[in-house]
Amino acid sequence: MVHPFVASLLGGALIGLSAALLLLLNGRIAGISGIAGGLFFPARGEAGWRLAFVGGLVAGGVLLAAFAPGVFGRGAVVSPALLVVAGLLVGFGTRLGNGCTSGHGVCGLARGSTRSLVATLTFMAAGALTVFVVRHVLGGVQ
Amino acid sequence: MKASVSAGVAGLLFALGLGLAGMTDPDKVLGFLDVAGAWDPSLAFVMGGALAVHAVARRFILRRKAPVLAASFPVLGKMQVDGRLVSGATLFGVGWGLAGYCPGPALTALGSGTRSALLFGVALWAGMGLFSLWERARQAAAARATVPVETLRARGG
Repeated sequence: MVHPFVASLLGGALIGLSAALLLLLNGRIAGISGIAGGLFFPARGEAGWRLAFVGGLVAGGVLLAAFAPGVFGRGAVVSPALLVVAGLLVGFGTRLGNGCTSGHGVCGLARGSTRSLVATLTFMAAGALTVFVVRHVLGGVQ
Repeated sequence: MKASVSAGVAGLLFALGLGLAGMTDPDKVLGFLDVAGAWDPSLAFVMGGALAVHAVARRFILRRKAPVLAASFPVLGKMQVDGRLVSGATLFGVGWGLAGYCPGPALTALGSGTRSALLFGVALWAGMGLFSLWERARQAAAARATVPVETLRARGG
């Protein structure tokens, strides 16, 4: 088994390559929340490639589940109610903020965007603060 | 058709990258965000690897006049930092810190078919859908607000 740092670096490189492929061939930014969110009320000709990309992601998940199920770990181990709240926040928040880890954290930072730098620092800080409160203040709410 | 195939391949590669990188394991993600606990720094390497490859690749790609399967490269929209950006990123960060899923890994995890992944996935789509509805309602309200006074009078408003 390779060192986790190396696996993460290689996985990251694959993500960067995928984003490059989408830019080179489709002329699109690989921001997952933007691609998926654009499926609501899509303009003409905007639905097909978005559906295909999301389908590719899910198909990748099916392949991973078949050949490397360990990559999903234990899944999310929080109560169903908290999981729903978290999903709503991630869905609404990434659309309001025009991007997520991929669109701001990879594509935006790669082109040196100030907006993306601010967004990335903000969601990293908010995520870290949330984990801090849940784990070290409340003592692990499930 | 070709554009859908290439987008599908890119999506597949993206998912495999997320899996290899460790991003599809919520425990690992929360471990990365837990800077005050047993911090697991490995996910910083995901962003490092992705940024290194993408920053170099895009320089070469943007030397072309146009993408292979489309008329033009994307035109950048907003440039300034505003309240929407910061509040959206904050809401997203809180949700990310609660469950350990951001959108890419969440959609990839749908393929694993586990109950927690499906539940999070449904809520994620619902959150994005709610945003689209809210945004449409706001735009419709803004359009109404800019209707000329004469038109409103003619309508009896």
